[in-house]
Amino acid sequence: MTTYILRRLVQGVVVLLAVSMICFIIFRYLGDPVLTMAGKYATQQEIQEVRRAFGLDQPTYVQYGRFIWNALHGNFGKSYVSRVPALGLILERFPATFELACAAMLIALTLGIGLGVAVSLNPSSWPSRLIMAGSLGGISVPTFLTGVLLIMIFAVYIGILPPFGRGETVQIGFWRTGLLTADGLRHLVLPATTLAMYQLAVLLRLTRAGMREVLAEEYIKTAWAKGLPPGKVIVKHALRNVLIPVVTMAGLQFGELIAFSIVTETIFQWPGMGNLLLQSIYETDQPVIVTYIMLAAFLIITINMVVDILYAVLNPKIRYD
Amino acid sequence: MQHSAHLLDIQHLKTHFATFEGVARAVDDVSFHLDRGEVLGVVGESGCGKSVTAQSIMRLIPEPPGKIVGGHIWFDGMDLTTLDPAAMRRIRGDRIAMIFQEPMTSLNPVYTIGDQIAEMFELHRGMKRREAWQQAVAMLEKVQIPAPHKRAGEYPHQLSGGMRQRAMIAMALACDPEILIADEPTTALDVTVQAQILDLMLQLKEDFQTAVMMITHDLGVIAEVAQRVVVMYAGKVVEQAPTLALFEDPKHPYTRGLLRSIPKLGERSRQGRRHLEEIPGMVPGLLELPPGCRFEPRCSHATAVCREREPELLDLGSNRLVRCHLYGS
Ligand SMILES: Nc1ncnc2c1ncn2[C@@H]1O[C@H](COP(=O)(O)OP(=O)(O)OP(=O)(O)O)[C@@H](O)[C@H]1O
Ligand SMILES: [Mg+2]
Repeated sequence: MTTYILRRLVQGVVVLLAVSMICFIIFRYLGDPVLTMAGKYATQQEIQEVRRAFGLDQPTYVQYGRFIWNALHGNFGKSYVSRVPALGLILERFPATFELACAAMLIALTLGIGLGVAVSLNPSSWPSRLIMAGSLGGISVPTFLTGVLLIMIFAVYIGILPPFGRGETVQIGFWRTGLLTADGLRHLVLPATTLAMYQLAVLLRLTRAGMREVLAEEYIKTAWAKGLPPGKVIVKHALRNVLIPVVTMAGLQFGELIAFSIVTETIFQWPGMGNLLLQSIYETDQPVIVTYIMLAAFLIITINMVVDILYAVLNPKIRYD
Repeated sequence: MQHSAHLLDIQHLKTHFATFEGVARAVDDVSFHLDRGEVLGVVGESGCGKSVTAQSIMRLIPEPPGKIVGGHIWFDGMDLTTLDPAAMRRIRGDRIAMIFQEPMTSLNPVYTIGDQIAEMFELHRGMKRREAWQQAVAMLEKVQIPAPHKRAGEYPHQLSGGMRQRAMIAMALACDPEILIADEPTTALDVTVQAQILDLMLQLKEDFQTAVMMITHDLGVIAEVAQRVVVMYAGKVVEQAPTLALFEDPKHPYTRGLLRSIPKLGERSRQGRRHLEEIPGMVPGLLELPPGCRFEPRCSHATAVCREREPELLDLGSNRLVRCHLYGS
C-alpha cells in the first residue's frame, strides 16, 4: 500500500513538472511580459530596466529554475492588472467555485445514482424510458444552452430563482460562503444544476448499466434466497457493487468540475475562479492564467490520487503490487 | 385450507415463461413431496425445469418473464405460491434455504465470508453484529473450514471453489432450516472436492435434521445421497421411485436411457473403456413440444397412442410412479 501511494506521488510530481514547463513557456514566450509591464509607451531604456529587474535577461534555465522555486513557495508573481499576488487573487475566488462544484456534485451523485437505480429496476416502464432519453440530452446538450434555458424558464418566465451572481455571502475566516444564507442558496440552484447536468447524465447511465449487470448476478439470487427485504438486496448487495466504478467516476469528475466550471460561471456571472480566468485571458494577465493552470493541475492530480486510493480501499480485489 | 402430511408438498405446479417466441412451459404440472429428514434427488437433463421448480418453491422466479400459473406448494399449512411477500421472506433462508451451482459467483465479492453468514443471524435471529459474527465463525467450523476465525475475515476471491461452496453451505444452514434445496451444488467442482462436499452435506443433514432436495443431472450423486428420486423430463415428472428400486428396475424408457449413460463400476476394468450409450435425439424445445408424450420422439418403445395422448402419472404401488403408456391398462 505504501509503495503504491509513493508511486502515485512520484507520478503526480512528474505530471506537475510537465505542466509547469508548459506554464513557463506560456509565461515567458506568449507575449512579452516586459512590454506588458513597462507599458506601451516605454522607452528602450525603461524596457531594459524592467527586464533586468524581473530577471528576464538571464538564461532560460535559470529563469525556469527560479519559476519553479517561486512556485514552490506559492509565489506565481503579481497580476499585471491588479498588481496583487496572482495566487491570492485566485484563492480568494476559490470558495465560490468550490461551493458551486460541491453543490453540482451533490446533485449529480444523488439524482444520478437514485434515478439510475430506479431505472434499472423498471427498465421498460415509460418513466424509465423518459429518464433515459433525458439523460442522452444531458450528455449532448452543451452547458451554455442548458444554462440559458434554465435562466429563461426559472428566472425569466417563472421568476422564482435569481439568474446571476452569488447573492448574500458570509465571511468566515478566509472563506466567503454563500451556503449560510437563504439568498445565497437560492442563487446556487441554477448554476449548480447547470454544472451538474452532464455529470448527472453520465453517472445515471453508469449506475443503470452497472445495476443491470449486477442484478443478473448469482449473488443477488443468493441475497433474495437469504430472505432479505428488497431494499437490502438492492442497496446493500447490488448497489454496493455498482458504487465502486460510479464513485470513481464521480471523484475523477470532481476535479474537472472545479477546474472547468468556466462556462457556467460566465453564464451566471458567478464570482469564481473560472470567471476570473476568462477575464484574465481577455486581459493577457499571464501570472493569473499560469497560476490557474498550475492550481487546476494540482487539484486534479491530487483528487485523482485520493480517488485511486479510495477505490483500492473500496474494492477488496485490488492488489497494490 | 388444505393440509398435507408431508413437510413440503408440491401439487400440479405450473411455472411458465413468456418469451418472444411464445410461452415456455418450463414446469408443467409437477407434483412431488418431501418428508422430514429425507434426501430427495431430482434428476434430468439440462433445461428440464429442475432449477425452475426449486426457484418456484423459493418464489425466486424472475417476474416477468416468469410466473407460477397454477398449482400449490404446501409447507406447514401455507401455500407458498400465494403467500404474501413479507411472510415468504421470513421463510426464505430461515426455514427453507438454498445453495446454488456456482460457488464462484454466488457469494457477494465485496463482503467478507463472515459478514455474509452473519447477515443470516442478524436478519432471522435479530442478533447484534458481534454475536452474529461469532455464530458465523462457529458455522464455518461446522463445515470444516480450517482456521475459521481467519477465513471469516476473508473475501470470496481469497477462497478456493470448494471452500466457497462450504461457506455457502454454512450460510444456508445458519438458521437451521427445515429444508435445504441444493441446486447442483457440486457440478462446478473437481471430482475429489465433489465427494468431500457431498460427504459434508450428508453429515450436516444428520446433525441438523434437515430435509434435502438434491438437484443434479448426475445419477452418481443421486446413488450416493438420495433415498428417493424424482426424474424430470421437459417440465414433467416422468418417474418417481425409491433410489434402490429405480437403479435396479427403472420403469420409464427415459430413466433407463439415463442409467445406461453412466459407467458402471467394474465394467470398465473388464472391458476397457466401454462406449457409453446416449439417449438418441435431443430434448424438445419447450415451445415445440410434441402433442402426446414429450419423450415419444426419442423413445424406442413409442407407439401410436404415445403420439396422440399424453400419459398420466401412474401409481405402480410400493412408492413408484411412472408417466408412460407402457404401464397403462
Ligand atoms: N428467465 C427465464 N426466461 C425464459 N425462460 C426461462 C428462464 N429461466 C428458465 N427458463 C426456461 O425454463 C427451462 C428450464 O430451465 P431450468 O433452469 O429449470 O433447467 P434445469 O433443469 O435447471 O437445467 P440445468 O441442468 O441446465 O440447470 C429452460 O429450458 C428455459 O427455457
Ligand atoms: Mg439448473
